Amino acid sequence: MCGIVGLFLKDKSLEPRLGQLLTEMLVTMTDRGPDSAGIAIYRGGDAALSKLTVQSDQADADFATLAADLGAEIGADVSMRRADSHAVLSLPADKAQDARAALATLRPGLRIMSDGANVEIYKSVGLPKDVAARFDLAAMSGTHGIGHTRMATESAVTTQGAHPFSTGSDQCLVHNGSLSNHNNWRRKLKREGVRIESQNDTEVGAAYLTWKMQKGASLGEALEGTLQDLDGFFTFVVGTKDGFGVVRDPIACKPAVMAETDQYVAFGSEYRALVNLPGIEAARVWEPEPATVYFWSH
Amino acid sequence: MQTLDLATTSLREMNATLQAQKDQTNATQWSIENPRGAHAIAVGLDAPIEVTVRGSTGYYCAGMNKQATVHVTGSAGPGVAENMMSGTVIIEGDASQYAGATGRGGLLVIKGNAASRCGISMKGIDIVVQGNIGHMSAFMGQAGNLVVCGDAGDALGDSLYEARLFVRGSVKSLGADCIEKEMRPEHLEILRALLERAGIDAKPEEFRRYGSARKLYNFDIDNAAAY
Repeated sequence: MCGIVGLFLKDKSLEPRLGQLLTEMLVTMTDRGPDSAGIAIYRGGDAALSKLTVQSDQADADFATLAADLGAEIGADVSMRRADSHAVLSLPADKAQDARAALATLRPGLRIMSDGANVEIYKSVGLPKDVAARFDLAAMSGTHGIGHTRMATESAVTTQGAHPFSTGSDQCLVHNGSLSNHNNWRRKLKREGVRIESQNDTEVGAAYLTWKMQKGASLGEALEGTLQDLDGFFTFVVGTKDGFGVVRDPIACKPAVMAETDQYVAFGSEYRALVNLPGIEAARVWEPEPATVYFWSH
Repeated sequence: MQTLDLATTSLREMNATLQAQKDQTNATQWSIENPRGAHAIAVGLDAPIEVTVRGSTGYYCAGMNKQATVHVTGSAGPGVAENMMSGTVIIEGDASQYAGATGRGGLLVIKGNAASRCGISMKGIDIVVQGNIGHMSAFMGQAGNLVVCGDAGDALGDSLYEARLFVRGSVKSLGADCIEKEMRPEHLEILRALLERAGIDAKPEEFRRYGSARKLYNFDIDNAAAY
């Protein structure tokens, strides 16, 4: 069991409240996933810049001179904003690949959570309310975001095993369920050169989407592909630079509720997660159909 | 009218209060305020009381109901009226998966749509859905009636024993051993009575009846391919 929440804002006036609304939704889903929690938030896009969200278990030591060290290594201005064990590095978009390579040498203990113009991913073990407080998620503004509370089944309770998983630039995936053919797909995708770092089933789902899109599929086509290629139970919610999508496996035993108003589209594993949203009483509320891809974008 | 507000009363206290009502209670009308999607609202009732839940509920609302009438003004989460014994449960909105599962008696009315596995393993309950139902509904149904005014999803009535299924709209596919059957006068009467009890205005003649072909009742080596 896990909990998923998602909020895609249509009304710009709600953007300063995105973090606060998502945090309330996330904490409500604690019963479904008390092991770890995470959030992907999309905000502040500058097409010329790329944001790398990095995480370290030795944050004080790793982050102390990180911006200056990385800037010198790749020959560009790098700025850094720290939030507990995570930091967001902003650098010229054309230097993002160089930065990834440089970080592997400069700070081998660092994990890259995400990269892209808009996305930032924060995740950690612990209760959702503690994770939210650690990163001050409630204070974050943004255009859309996805959160996840995890009750672990397929791999250990670690930051690495927490969701969301990055699936490529400005893309992320969260999952409720369990995949049963992830070991086969991990071997196959590794042979294809896709980077997979954990034993987690969802990371394989994320890697699968990345691989499909590298081969030319659109996100919608990649999500359709999961219905054919991934065996097991899943409700997936994916985030992209300007939208978010939902797909459930054909059995659809993992719950999902959606709500839409003029102001937002919201996703929750349960209706409880949505009850504090503004205007929910008048929202169109429905259960997404099995084996059907839903997508919203700005 | 007695009111229990879940903003100020705990779920356990609310259920204990309703469960304590006896057959002879004078407090027959109850209102549950602020359900806000909470789980297990109004479960295990056993008295002829009328409970109105004002809003939407989470998992397992009105489970194991006996005698009581539970009316939800919003939508219901998974497992509404699971294992109902008698009484009536009415959902004004939609119901999530496995509504009325394993129910042995009583009437469940869903005014909106029901998701997958509606009436799974039903054992005598009557279920009337004004909208559509999802896949694998009435799976292994053993007794009772499932009435669908809209469409049914894939694998309707898979491995059905004896429940009667009435569908007005389309059926995406029938499950193993489920077949369309002749609508005889006695079935029209059963259907008319169910629609009337559910307060739904529909003509029985517009429905088709589905039931078990009874080929999976006992293991038969010739049927091995059907399992």
